[in-house]
Amino acid sequence: MMAKTVDKKILQAKNIIDIETMNVEDISLILDTALSMKEIMSRDIKKVPALRGKMIANMFFESSTRTRTSFEIAAKMLSADTVSFTASGSSMSKGETLLDTVRNIIAMGPDLLVMRHASSGAPYFVAKNINIPVINAGDGRHEHPSQALLDLFTVREKKGKLKGLKVSIVGDILHSRVARSDIYAFKKMGANVRLVGPPAFIPDYFRQFGAEIFYDMEKGIKDADVIIMLRIQIERQGKNFFPDIREYYELYGLKENILCFAKDDLLVMHPGPLNRGVEIDSEVADGKHSVILDQVTNGVAVRAALLYLLLGSRTDENID
Amino acid sequence: MKILIKNGHVVDPANGIEGKRDLLVVDGIISRIAETGSLNSKGAETVNAKGLLVLPGFIDLHSHLREPGYEYKETIETGGKSAVAGGFTSICCMANTSPVNDNASVTRYIMDKQKKAGFANVFPVGAITKGLKGSELSEIGGMVKAGIVAISDDAEPVMNSLVMRRAMEYSKIFGIPLFSHCEDLSLGDEGVMNEGIISTLLGLKGMTSESEFNMIQRDINLACLTGARLHISHVSTASGVSAIREAKKRGIKVTSEVTPHHLMLTEDAVRGYGTNFKMKPPLRTKQDVESLEEGLADGTIDSFATDHAPHAIVDKQVEFDRASFGIVGFETAFPLLLTLVKRRVITLNKLIEKLTVSPAGIIRKNKGTLSCGADADIVLADPDREYTIDVKKFYSKGTNSPFDGWKVKGSIERVFVSGRLVFSRGG
Repeated sequence: MMAKTVDKKILQAKNIIDIETMNVEDISLILDTALSMKEIMSRDIKKVPALRGKMIANMFFESSTRTRTSFEIAAKMLSADTVSFTASGSSMSKGETLLDTVRNIIAMGPDLLVMRHASSGAPYFVAKNINIPVINAGDGRHEHPSQALLDLFTVREKKGKLKGLKVSIVGDILHSRVARSDIYAFKKMGANVRLVGPPAFIPDYFRQFGAEIFYDMEKGIKDADVIIMLRIQIERQGKNFFPDIREYYELYGLKENILCFAKDDLLVMHPGPLNRGVEIDSEVADGKHSVILDQVTNGVAVRAALLYLLLGSRTDENID
Repeated sequence: MKILIKNGHVVDPANGIEGKRDLLVVDGIISRIAETGSLNSKGAETVNAKGLLVLPGFIDLHSHLREPGYEYKETIETGGKSAVAGGFTSICCMANTSPVNDNASVTRYIMDKQKKAGFANVFPVGAITKGLKGSELSEIGGMVKAGIVAISDDAEPVMNSLVMRRAMEYSKIFGIPLFSHCEDLSLGDEGVMNEGIISTLLGLKGMTSESEFNMIQRDINLACLTGARLHISHVSTASGVSAIREAKKRGIKVTSEVTPHHLMLTEDAVRGYGTNFKMKPPLRTKQDVESLEEGLADGTIDSFATDHAPHAIVDKQVEFDRASFGIVGFETAFPLLLTLVKRRVITLNKLIEKLTVSPAGIIRKNKGTLSCGADADIVLADPDREYTIDVKKFYSKGTNSPFDGWKVKGSIERVFVSGRLVFSRGG
């Protein structure tokens, strides 16, 4: 049990807040570790003692089903205890500041904080003021690193590589934390990234991220190896980013007929939750190219890898 | 009562004086200024200003003193103390208090308070519209009588062009300038920083520089139409500077100011989401800063102003998009602006001019000079003293400064208001 810890690779990042500053070695280590985690998920007894005695606080200041559940299952798989906090029904609604709320939870002794918050940058602010690792489970429209990592994992699993792939991200790039994290992640791993959608959703500044911009859907997804569809928030209607959902669907919806020229091994991805009939048709979401549910499964493996690398691998415990 | 300030290096741009002079103050008024050693010191308290700059007291056209209503952020007394500690002997305070300074009774309240506090001279700015709502003109005449020197809705800019036109027309009765915070709120789209690559990668809502430019151009057009005196507050954009330059060439009555922070920092500083880098107008780009410097050098920008905006810790120690806009400015302005001289952007003389006689002219006050007969508002400053800015030592209640921990050069040593010593460093 002990021997392997000596030459074990250690994650350089102390927090997982963004992909922008994460180095390729860390990304590769996370993806490789997630592979072991996925193996555990396939066992009869899906539990290892790697994080026994550790407590993980899930603080979700913004609603989430998938991500919160995913982190919880990942933690339980590694035998960590979890406490969950959601903004509604908490003292946040009584006017307590974010920092006070977090400090109170920290005072109860958790070993790691997973947080989601509607304000971009909130996890930086929190991490600066506390001394346990923080995992950003999505901050405003800034980043969603665990989503990008599970996207990388899923593509690598299906394609066997990331380098040189053509990845098209379609939709509301401006307001999307998934898009930002995905752009950084796929660029860092050597893929080509294209952004597709109406101009108001893709300000020209995104060119400086090293991405190509397309306002035409067919051109933007031509020869793509991966299409990542982003959720269109219905609330954006009436803000004139586009006239209405019907026209958006006409111009940028992922429909079966525009996939007739697609590569056989095209992957269609979506971070969820889906708006069927808005940005993606049911035939496509449930069709042969879709790996949307694989993403969800892999999410648990990747998040388990993050928890393990931040908490477990720095101690004598290991997952064997 | 006599005070003789001797052996100092006097810079008085209003009178074209720059050199070693002695200065005699009698009963709060500047009595004589002459070659070193030539004045009779008999019966005078002597201040040795050897190695120090002797300057007219600085004038700040743009500050927020928060009283009445937000005394937890700042009061007229703490703000006044902070002002003189930064060398500002006269300050204009904006109308966004609670209640709003949109009538003579609030103006009188401020005037009474500042008299009692006895630090800087406070010149209130009255609201253009009642409650800063942008629709009905305030009783400007009454406020002028009570002591306002200008009108402005500041950060609640008048969006309706006809209301703005009427305000400009009305201001002509009193000959007061209209201070305009130029921001097209509809285009600004509730942004929290400059729109650009940094806002895009931080995922923060941006304010495009066109939002400032649009309103500068609109107000210039209205000033041209009405003949009113327009003063552009805290210009921050290259396009804004160009618009003002063109307007001046056309003979339109427009003046402008710039803050130290818009000259010292760019939007890059917002990386890391520090809330003390959040203000309106937002920090812009390097190109904008260069244009501001050009504007200073060629006279497009007439004056400096701090936009001193104190906030309590609870207003700033929160998520970036929830944090209040603004930073404190009085106590850091001088050393920061001195770097412009060192970098040869402008001369020391021009720097002092834009801190003194130039803003005085905009509010038509006989201040900002060391002329005989003027109020003895005098600053002694040490241009060479090095120190580290420490917000914990501020006289302001606000510690919301992006310059905390900066190593700077140039300190305010002593300050007189009407011949009264109101600040002495370490004393």
